[in-house]
Amino acid sequence: MTKENRQVDSWEYAPSLESTNHIHIKKRYELFINGEWVKPSSGKYFETINPANEEVISEIAHGNEEDIDRAVKAARKAYTEVWSVMPAAERAKYIYRIARLMHEQARELAVIETLDAGKTIRESRDIDVPLACNHFFYYAGWADKLAYAFPNRKVESLGVAGQIIPWNFPLLMAAWKIAPALAAGNTVVLKPAETTPLTALKLAEIIEASGLPPGVVNIVTGYGDTGAALVNHLDVDKIAFTGSTNVGKIIQKALAGTSKKLTLELGGKSANIIFDDAPIDQAVEGIINGIFFNQGHVCCAGSRLFVQENVAEKVISKLKERLKSLYLGDPLDKNTDVGAINSKNQLETIERYIQLGKNEGAEMYQPACVLPKKGFFCPPTLFTNVAQSSVIAQEEIFGPVLTIQTFRTIDEVIQKANNSPYGLAAGVWTEKGARIFNMANQLNAGVIWANTYNKFDPTSPFGGYKESGFGREGGVHGLAAYVKFI
Amino acid sequence: MKKELQQSIEELISASPTIDKVGVEERVARFQTRSIKGDSKLQALKMGLNMIDLTTLEGKDTPGKVQQMCYKAMHLHDELANLPTVAAVCVYPSMVKIAKSALVNSSVKVASVSTAFPSGQAPLSVKLADTTFAVNEGADEIDMVISRGKFLAGEYDYVFDEIAAIKAACGNARLKVILETGELLTLDNVRKASDLAIYAGADFIKTSTGKIQPAATMQVTFTMLLAIKDYFDKTGKMIGMKPAGGISTAKLAIHNLVMVKEVLGNEWLTNQWFRFGASSLANDILMQIRKLETGVYQSSDYFSID
Repeated sequence: MTKENRQVDSWEYAPSLESTNHIHIKKRYELFINGEWVKPSSGKYFETINPANEEVISEIAHGNEEDIDRAVKAARKAYTEVWSVMPAAERAKYIYRIARLMHEQARELAVIETLDAGKTIRESRDIDVPLACNHFFYYAGWADKLAYAFPNRKVESLGVAGQIIPWNFPLLMAAWKIAPALAAGNTVVLKPAETTPLTALKLAEIIEASGLPPGVVNIVTGYGDTGAALVNHLDVDKIAFTGSTNVGKIIQKALAGTSKKLTLELGGKSANIIFDDAPIDQAVEGIINGIFFNQGHVCCAGSRLFVQENVAEKVISKLKERLKSLYLGDPLDKNTDVGAINSKNQLETIERYIQLGKNEGAEMYQPACVLPKKGFFCPPTLFTNVAQSSVIAQEEIFGPVLTIQTFRTIDEVIQKANNSPYGLAAGVWTEKGARIFNMANQLNAGVIWANTYNKFDPTSPFGGYKESGFGREGGVHGLAAYVKFI
Repeated sequence: MKKELQQSIEELISASPTIDKVGVEERVARFQTRSIKGDSKLQALKMGLNMIDLTTLEGKDTPGKVQQMCYKAMHLHDELANLPTVAAVCVYPSMVKIAKSALVNSSVKVASVSTAFPSGQAPLSVKLADTTFAVNEGADEIDMVISRGKFLAGEYDYVFDEIAAIKAACGNARLKVILETGELLTLDNVRKASDLAIYAGADFIKTSTGKIQPAATMQVTFTMLLAIKDYFDKTGKMIGMKPAGGISTAKLAIHNLVMVKEVLGNEWLTNQWFRFGASSLANDILMQIRKLETGVYQSSDYFSID
């Protein structure tokens, strides 16, 4: 073969690992209470691991009832003596400062998020961390404008907010919770998830560096018992919880008969609906972004796909084809599209559902891909031949598993989409503007995306109906969750 | 008979899927975050060089200039070992014979623009004569322009017939159909024109003449690649793609290669199916290869500008 004619054989991307030598992770993390790092009174620690290789990253303090009590007392003291009497414009400065410091450390935060949660560096770098910063920037702006946030109504801060966050967007959820609470003049006790505490603890370091008065934000790591202690503490004025519907129900029962305010952001089984006039190729991207974003660990994941009958074959074949070009692997590789499942526990749950789907007679498709030997990985999975009565189409799987159903008429798809105990989000793909508005009116979901999916912005409220919870986060609505109207 | 054909062209056009610009922009942004390094980068750079249609399309072109460009096409940078040649040189019909004789004994092809390039504002008889002349002079490839005015006026059958007629006049020469996407205004139109060109017999579809801005944006190229993909899925036949105009850096070229790989697959990553229409791209790629091999950038003065 002459050199002019040489054919270039299969061109593959070389691994492009994000460097980890610029990050600082302590061997052991204590509890962040009253501006200090204190040992847990139980003396117990647990390990947090990297789900992509199962290696231990750090040891984390396991807070108990006593630690929660210390944290709540510190938060109460900071509330009455400092934070609630400080001029609002001064409060804003602190929140802006936290936002700027996060921005400065964005790269480190992104890498640690990827190490601890298994999500791809592309997502933590381009989505999680920038959005988290933006939430602080956005709510900092409200701090001294509270009087104008709710026209003709006077508002006051609540006091001490207890906040419990999940493992799917560890830093982002901390930002969603802390930023509006502080802006509205509350102090905070935050309990991160046990599998992903690291970025919340890095945020504690940032808060420390910002000079925020001691006790305004306290971070107490631990398991479910730690969270329960926070929920049941008598001197907490508000509980904000994001997580599973089961735990949400337990919390609501626990709070019945108390004066504590509650917001819950729970599970979902959101419908992504493709009409025959949709821009098909972009809709296929939207389906993928809807369900495989963050390995499907997204409460608003578009996990139920409804495709209009006459384009179903085309959409499904394009979807299968597209799955082949997704890269699954080391989350730290900049070219990875699908990262690791957050924990062994979650992987087992997902695998159980996949088996269940097969047992139910649904047809499974997974692209051929080599799973790394170590770590928790699950290939992107599609199920066709699924009915409304299939369990895999009813229950939240919280993994990269999509069920596909077809529909014929618009009424049919609205009925089917609403036929779920959940009501968090939905996607509508069509060229017709009128149809989009009609669907938005009739779908029982807190967020409805048209011709896109999984888009988030600090200015836009997020939250659900029915068993997906109540209360809104983000935007001026998110502020309302942290004030009382007087 | 004619009426039936018209009807089927209308069906063809209405079967073209609509394109959501925001979605396309999002997908295209993803290609640009792929990180290409080390050996993978070197491979991509050499592949890119090998896909270039080295182009000069000026009124002031002279035989001397074309001959020098042809020499460059075969000797990109003799200082560097193991470099490929470019795929082709692209010239006006009047320069085909000169290019052909300058490239004798090499596998570099000669592509000629035709059909009253770049505007295409001439009757079909003139366009056919233009094409036949270039083919007779020895052109291996013909780069025709579509009648954008007719396309925008909705006379799809005219555009289709014209492409088919030029294709017939090409004989063994491969036909690249330039859509001049900068004048088509929407991605929906780009998609329609792509389908029209492919079904009328194009061997390649090409974005632009290089005379109109914007030219080969990634959004436009992506839309055209999807048309190629759909055609391949339907018929099993491969169609080539040539973005032209505006791709002047190695980085942008690599983004395009990533896009081709992820939309169409590795089979398209040869100069038989993918080309860059560019004049200054080659030197930037050479500079990057030199940088990969030595670790430092060399002044542009060391790279010839033929």
